[in-house]
Amino acid sequence: MGKKSIHRSLQAAYPNWFYLPGVLTFVVFFIIPTVSAFYFSLTRWTLFEATFIGFENYVAFLSDPMLSIGLKNSLIYAFLTSATKTILALPLAVLLTSEILRFKGFYRSVVFFPVLVSTIAVGITFSILMQPNKGVINVALRALHLPHFDWLGDPRLALYSVIFVDVWKGIGIATVIYMAGILAIPQDYFDATKLDGGFWIRFRHVIIPLVRNSTFTIILLSFMGGLRTFDIVWAMTGGGPGFASDILTSVIYKQYQAGFYGLSTAGNVILFVLVTVLVLPLRTFFSSREIEL
Amino acid sequence: MKPKKCSLATLAVNILVFVVLTIIFIVPFIYILLMASKSSKEAALLAFSLPAKNLFIRNLMDVIAYGNFRMFRALINSTVLTVASVALIVVFGSLFAFVAQRKNDRVASLAMGLLLIGLMIPPAVVPTVFWLQKLKIYKTMFGMVMIDVALFMSFATMIFRTSMAGIPRDLDEASFIDGATPLRIFFSVILPLLRPAIVTVVVTSSVNIFNDFVGPLYFLPGAKNITAPLTLYSFISQFSTQWNLLFANVVVISIIPLIIFIFFQNQLVSGMMGGAIKG
Repeated sequence: MGKKSIHRSLQAAYPNWFYLPGVLTFVVFFIIPTVSAFYFSLTRWTLFEATFIGFENYVAFLSDPMLSIGLKNSLIYAFLTSATKTILALPLAVLLTSEILRFKGFYRSVVFFPVLVSTIAVGITFSILMQPNKGVINVALRALHLPHFDWLGDPRLALYSVIFVDVWKGIGIATVIYMAGILAIPQDYFDATKLDGGFWIRFRHVIIPLVRNSTFTIILLSFMGGLRTFDIVWAMTGGGPGFASDILTSVIYKQYQAGFYGLSTAGNVILFVLVTVLVLPLRTFFSSREIEL
Repeated sequence: MKPKKCSLATLAVNILVFVVLTIIFIVPFIYILLMASKSSKEAALLAFSLPAKNLFIRNLMDVIAYGNFRMFRALINSTVLTVASVALIVVFGSLFAFVAQRKNDRVASLAMGLLLIGLMIPPAVVPTVFWLQKLKIYKTMFGMVMIDVALFMSFATMIFRTSMAGIPRDLDEASFIDGATPLRIFFSVILPLLRPAIVTVVVTSSVNIFNDFVGPLYFLPGAKNITAPLTLYSFISQFSTQWNLLFANVVVISIIPLIIFIFFQNQLVSGMMGGAIKG
């Protein structure tokens, strides 16, 4: 009895109104817009007046190739950036934690620095490096007698060129997460393979299985990041040439600029659904397979 | 024989890493500096070459003076936006995490679950513009700050909650029994102990908010509201031929993130690793 009342009175040290500022801000500025998006996506909307038109916006979004290409490209974008970052960051992290490499601190900074620079700045820099005639990349390729391309002007290539720059800018985060994972592996596991194994055995049978949690985190973070990317595409190609590198978020912005608010919001809801349908199962699957070291 | 071979391989690896990482990660930044030092005629050649005459300082001055010192306004706006948002994120997020972690009841898991949505779902842009207009705070710094608080709070609260778990409950219980009010416990006992987490949150969210392009593009339009990344954007449309000034602009807006990087490198890295924490 006495214990219970002490317990109850201690609860008073943690008043529920402490949630209030955070919850209020979050609900007003995030939840309400998000929930109302479902309604506005079903309307023809001028921001002052919303006329209910059912699923017309969704039909338009999915049937008009100029709009639906955004959906396809967003999936390609999210999948490829996430896969490439995951695959390239692991060897990089192994290298940056290895004993044989000198100046590791310097290289870590070098790989991480692009993360901190404005995405727009990175996008503009690379769009100039990738210029077809005078751009440094093609000049270098020509000098080496290698094939060169119109990186951002060729509709078949533009999206992949942007993906490359996204990986360049974001790989620092993936590398840091992997480095944390590798440094957390207890030394015993490495000692156990000392006798019968070279580097490859350690990489294949110790590092890869034991950094699994980091792998899951990197895949999830970069996949979600890929689906919501906008600025790098906008800075490098504006969705062009034509609509070749449009992704969902750039379509949403273009429709917003054109004043098609209902259509833009339908695109936004498609993005919510896409994230939920793809990320939630992935998350559940990953957390069921997490390991403890 | 063997050690020698080994050191030769080591040397080879070191040289290879140096060459590859330098070309991939450093050359683009050197290019930015070279372009920012050229005359506009020279810069138009887009070459990776030294400038005939170093105009770096003059180009920086030109960019800063351009459009009635618009750059100052942009840097001030970005700084105000960043400082105000980050301050609120820290206070709101840590209050939230404090109660959620200590109580750990149904309400707490409901509240945390709500915030988790924010980690996953991207914002609904046009409806947000609509509600900001309804509240009469569209195109205002206040509106933009509140949006950034809402968007970046989820991540911060996760970090705070994890860190709260490491602060012994006895501390707050003891001061409560001694008669301290909850607010006093929070500010004088908990907050000082959350310091490492606060530094992490401050550093990661200020870099993200300072560099944010999409938020101000949608929610803070207008010449007087310009922020640092948007100076660059309007530069492309007006001066697509003066590459030297464009790159000088890149240099100017990268200075603040660079300073943050130099001072807080370790916290940044641990903050990014904090991204590994799942709810």
